[in-house]
Amino acid sequence: MNVRKSSIWERIYLGIMFLVMYLPIGVVIAFSFNESKLPVRFTGFSLVWYEKLFADHAMMEALLNSLILGVLSCLLSAVIGTLGAVGLSRTRWRSRGLMEYISILPLMIPEIILGMVLMAFFYMLRLPFGMLTLLIGHTIFCVPYILIEVKARLEGLDPFLEEAARDMGAGPLRTFRDVTLPLVMPAVLSGSLLAFAMSMDDVVISIFINGPRLSTLPIKVYTQIKTGVTPEINALCTIMLAATVLAFAAWYLCKKLTGGKEEDEQQVD
Amino acid sequence: MLLPLYLFTLVFVAGPLVYMLLLSFATARSGYGVEWTFTIDNYRRILEPVYLNTFAGSFRLAFTSTLLVCFLGYPFGYFMSKLSRKGKKQAMAALMLPFWVNSLIRLYGWIIILQKKGLLNHVLTSLGLTGKPLKLLYSYPAIVVGMIYVLLPFMVLSVYSSAEKMDWRLVEAARDLGAGRMRAFLTVTLPQTMPGLLSGIILTFIPSMGLFFIADILGGNKIVLVGSLIQEQMTRGSNWPFAAALAVIMMIMTTLMLKLYRRVTSGGRLEGIG
Repeated sequence: MNVRKSSIWERIYLGIMFLVMYLPIGVVIAFSFNESKLPVRFTGFSLVWYEKLFADHAMMEALLNSLILGVLSCLLSAVIGTLGAVGLSRTRWRSRGLMEYISILPLMIPEIILGMVLMAFFYMLRLPFGMLTLLIGHTIFCVPYILIEVKARLEGLDPFLEEAARDMGAGPLRTFRDVTLPLVMPAVLSGSLLAFAMSMDDVVISIFINGPRLSTLPIKVYTQIKTGVTPEINALCTIMLAATVLAFAAWYLCKKLTGGKEEDEQQVD
Repeated sequence: MLLPLYLFTLVFVAGPLVYMLLLSFATARSGYGVEWTFTIDNYRRILEPVYLNTFAGSFRLAFTSTLLVCFLGYPFGYFMSKLSRKGKKQAMAALMLPFWVNSLIRLYGWIIILQKKGLLNHVLTSLGLTGKPLKLLYSYPAIVVGMIYVLLPFMVLSVYSSAEKMDWRLVEAARDLGAGRMRAFLTVTLPQTMPGLLSGIILTFIPSMGLFFIADILGGNKIVLVGSLIQEQMTRGSNWPFAAALAVIMMIMTTLMLKLYRRVTSGGRLEGIG
């Protein structure tokens, strides 16, 4: 008896669930090209909302801020996370387990707590609220993603490769640059992409630490949504969606490059 | 090599958390000021009926959403594990993609669907199912829909990953020995996928306590959750020590749930986070 074959009803259930999952996304995309302002009936194809959007300076500035922030926090956390993961895998220090726990903590803490705590903490340190505080804040929750990915990759590596390099006379720095780093690179990339996506996605933490003048794209979207639905947001969301799909495709490729075991890797926290 | 990670983590992760703890015992002054005299008033204040109600309300919402996510997500993840190899890959990609999409965009899609002159009302009235448009948005069910929508993938992923590891021969054996579909499911499949279900519950419950922006966007600020209370105390209320005390309580609850989870799955990791 084959118990592991899915029945037609089970497939229908999955189909409906996926349909509902994608419905809101589809609606946003469809109505961004709609002529009429009311998102009820599709009256005709038009790019008018995109034109309006690109003419909106505040919006473009927020987009630029988000991109800068995403790239910077991604780079910073890639350096900290990769070095950290490699370091952690080698050290025998007793603080290791605790440090690892604290480093991953930002993923476990509810976002709202992280946001409020950072706001109070930065205020105490007298840091000027703006790009700097946002960068630190985003790096805090980006580091764990890279740490986790690189760590998983390191655990699957052959330790003799590094040893061989050392035996052949390469110094620790050279070994890291020529052997370890190229081997973990796919994991660094996929972790960075994930981190970038999370940075572009974040509202809750950013809204506490952005300061009065600086706005990121998600914050802009959030404040606009609260006041009501406009087709420009549809256009904006569609562009963000396209960017996300691209990032996702790149991430998927990176995963493929790390070996054909992506299913196993997705189970690792 | 560890230096950057250690420095960064200690200063910007451990530091703020310790500061939060200290702050929760400080006295609030008017404005954004804080007076460093020790008090437990902030915690005592949480016991006032207004705030206890907020906690109760948050729990109720988290509980409702988690329960519904269980019922919808368990079959989802379980059925997915029964697909062919190729089907699994496709389903996995289809599941992960919305995970990457900004949650605001996804919630915004729901606003378009649910609003008074929105898609759903349009469909309902055209079909003649309802005379005048229903008020769907800015209501409790709308918040629950948003919560389910955002949290479902966590549940599906963790159920799926534990169903994948399941020993299907046991199910087969049970069926061969005469157990019906239902019986085999209840006595063999369900116990084996329990860790996934439990980790899904925890992964849904914890964030659902803090997702204040869903209540904000889809609920129109009608329902005050612990998350929105913290936000309000940080901004308009400008009582930071009280906000810190609320956050400490929430942190303690989160930690307890994670501990519970570790016990249940005997020290395993949280399953299924992307």
